[in-house]
Amino acid sequence: MELKVNGKNQSLDVPAHTPLLQALRESLQLTGTKYGCGEGACGACMVLVDGTPTPSCITPVSNVRNREVITIEGISVNGKLHAVQKAFLAEEALQCGYCTPGMIISAVALLNKNPEPTESQIKEAMQRNVCRCCVYPYIVKAIQTASKMK
Amino acid sequence: MKDQEPNDILYPEQYELYENGQSLIKPHTRRRFFTLLGGGVAAAFTFSDVLSREVLSSLDLQELREAEDSIAAWLHVHEDGKVTVYTGKVEVGQNIRTSLAQAVAEELECDVHSIEMIMGDTFLTPYDRGTFGSRTTPYMAPQLRKAAASLRVYFEQSAAKQWKTDVKNVKAQKGSILNTRSGRSVSYGRLSEGRKLLHPVNEEVSLKSASDWKVAGSSIPKINGEDFVTGRHIYTSDMTLPDMLHGKLLRPPAYGARLVNLDARRAEAMSGVQVHRIGDFVGVTAADISTAESALFALRAEWEFTQQPSRSEIFQHLKKHASVSGEEDASKKAAETMFQQSANKLEQSFEIHYIAHAPLEPRAALAQWDGDILNVWTGTQRPFGVQEELEREFNISKEKIRVRMPDTGSGYGGKHTGDAAIEAARLAKSAGKPVKLVWTREEEFTWAYFRPAGLIEVRSSTDTTGHLQSWEFHNYNSGGAGIRSMYRSKADHTRFHSSNSPLRQGSYRALATPANTFARESQINDHAILLKEDPLSFRLKNLEDPRLKHVLQVAADTFGWKSSKKENTGYGLACCFDKGGYMATCAEVQYNAENKEVKVIKLVGAFDCGTIVNPKHLESQIMGCMLQGLGFSLYEYIDFRDGKILNPSFSHYKIPRFQDMPDIKIVMVDRKDEPAAGAGETPITCVAPAIRNAIFDATKEKINRLPMLVKGL
Ligand code: FES
Ligand code: FES
Repeated sequence: MELKVNGKNQSLDVPAHTPLLQALRESLQLTGTKYGCGEGACGACMVLVDGTPTPSCITPVSNVRNREVITIEGISVNGKLHAVQKAFLAEEALQCGYCTPGMIISAVALLNKNPEPTESQIKEAMQRNVCRCCVYPYIVKAIQTASKMK
Repeated sequence: MKDQEPNDILYPEQYELYENGQSLIKPHTRRRFFTLLGGGVAAAFTFSDVLSREVLSSLDLQELREAEDSIAAWLHVHEDGKVTVYTGKVEVGQNIRTSLAQAVAEELECDVHSIEMIMGDTFLTPYDRGTFGSRTTPYMAPQLRKAAASLRVYFEQSAAKQWKTDVKNVKAQKGSILNTRSGRSVSYGRLSEGRKLLHPVNEEVSLKSASDWKVAGSSIPKINGEDFVTGRHIYTSDMTLPDMLHGKLLRPPAYGARLVNLDARRAEAMSGVQVHRIGDFVGVTAADISTAESALFALRAEWEFTQQPSRSEIFQHLKKHASVSGEEDASKKAAETMFQQSANKLEQSFEIHYIAHAPLEPRAALAQWDGDILNVWTGTQRPFGVQEELEREFNISKEKIRVRMPDTGSGYGGKHTGDAAIEAARLAKSAGKPVKLVWTREEEFTWAYFRPAGLIEVRSSTDTTGHLQSWEFHNYNSGGAGIRSMYRSKADHTRFHSSNSPLRQGSYRALATPANTFARESQINDHAILLKEDPLSFRLKNLEDPRLKHVLQVAADTFGWKSSKKENTGYGLACCFDKGGYMATCAEVQYNAENKEVKVIKLVGAFDCGTIVNPKHLESQIMGCMLQGLGFSLYEYIDFRDGKILNPSFSHYKIPRFQDMPDIKIVMVDRKDEPAAGAGETPITCVAPAIRNAIFDATKEKINRLPMLVKGL
């Protein structure tokens, strides 16, 4: 199976129906993408597929052949944090941090599409992502901050 | 007359409090310590230092005596100047890795980033009962500060001696001692060279007053924050070891089901798959998760079911099986007589459903047998408790069990037990290779323990001037924490009755305090309404504690309690004192008469937990508590029938999400004159009653049930 992940071509020896989440975590050791539910209901496993935030737990690897997959590990470039990552730190938009990679992926996708989202657009775009520590207001704030940083 | 402390108020959720007390690990010896660390200067303090401040009333006392001589934490300054703090406390998102480092940096006068925190490693850190009960900030932090200050004084004195000058002429700053006369300076590392000194903590050492804090008391960002935003942080569930296998377990289809027959032939025929059977415990291992899952799926199991209570009958069940106590007590009779004689009587009951912690990182463990040493990495709030569980399970001595706890994807009181650790270790032993086991979300929602369901009955009365007369309060099964009323009354009879829970139950953030506060604050509200009094003034009149009254007033003022309401809206408020913290919450709800829907518009929380160590992280804890509390207030509950959990997934168990957020405001009352209390629990307690009272205000409907907004419960 040929994949393109974080700009690198990867060839994986896994069955076509393997969830992308497992391929990333087990075969490529990209463990920044998390398991939270396995049914597309929590957003912990979000990755960008051709720029669209996609729950990797319910996406078979065969679906992303010849498409561009970006994981949290591919968000910062050459060790330089992305504006959204900086803003998450600045606004302390995390407690345990387990939801954070998925949140950042969804936020990056949103800002790429809509650089100046309103508060309700942010909430709507982020609705699929769960933070059980419930620091939602700080995450909204971080996205607003990142939007100004860009 | 004040009722005596009822002796049946235990914390049924905190079985860990009385289960493991007798088997504490041997204190770290000085020799062992320096063997581990190399030279330097260290300070250590014991459990009795930490715990002597606790109210010596509960079960803790027994454990305290036994633990008296064991070391509670170490602080070590290495010859190379590196500062290391060793504590058995663990990080589950409450940011104590940062706040404890801040406390040390403040007193040791060094850069907070030069401090390494080693947390929750049973080989390296001293014994700790566990990270729960909001104990870290009030008990651990002050002792660490004393240890740090004692070391700083030691460095000041040795530098002064070296320079043959008075200690008045030296000053600690940035990890060095400066000679204020000559301008020379020497680093702590240099001063530690060639030593293996264990320095006692001077209990009397003078600490900086909170108003002089520079590092502590300020919002420095999460120390290892960058690891989290880049996905670099390795949680237990992310770990791998060479040759590691993935494990999956065969779970019963229902509570109380017994395995009667297993046909594993198909699974065993799969390449790379091993089936492990130890009594009723059945698991499979394979080199990758998908294969392990297919193998699990290929198992053919027959089960024998037993009769199990369902959700629809849970409250009758709990009451029927409850322990009866205090029926003959004088306090009961006094409360009853007073109730009969009072002018205004109110009697109602409250139903609390089971809820799940649902930490986003499910329970996970990685186990490896290395010769006769068992290595386990697991996300737990009690690494030493897990070590004890493993000791019992495998009958090997604790010295041979190393449990490590990577910073974990939260717990909320849900990760106190070592289930995943034991399961992974069994599989690893049987497979002869390291095994990682990560629970599925469904397993989390089914086989982890729940916050207890409970029935609460309250009977109370006031006189014509609105003063509480009698107060009778019975909690069946949900727990005794926070059961004491803060309101003055003439006769008080308060009891917790343990019962027989059909589902596995255990600790949850703030234990039973949210449930007890829900019942109490609803009852208080309804008394005020009955008397046509303002619920705020009614409370202020019947409360004694000035700090509690103060947060109530602050919350009400910030909220605009007296402001006029829009149409179809209601205001509600509630307050609570628990674990050294004072909380008050106001809620505004909007009622849509057409579809009968209620929406929470605004929440205001005021919290006083003494001195504030890190304002931003404190606010974050309060925020997390209040919003998580919104979930069990409105829609979280576990549904079950005949021993089966019916909603074991995020698509069927609703938790708060972005669009559920009301407008929220938090006021932190900084009391630099009061010791800091923990903050990860108490702010969760008042959300539910504040909303319930606001709904009552808007609709005249009393919803005496958690969750409130699920119809047909
Ligand atoms: S793990 Fe994929 S959405 Fe939850
Ligand atoms: S920070 Fe813990 S789940 Fe979001």
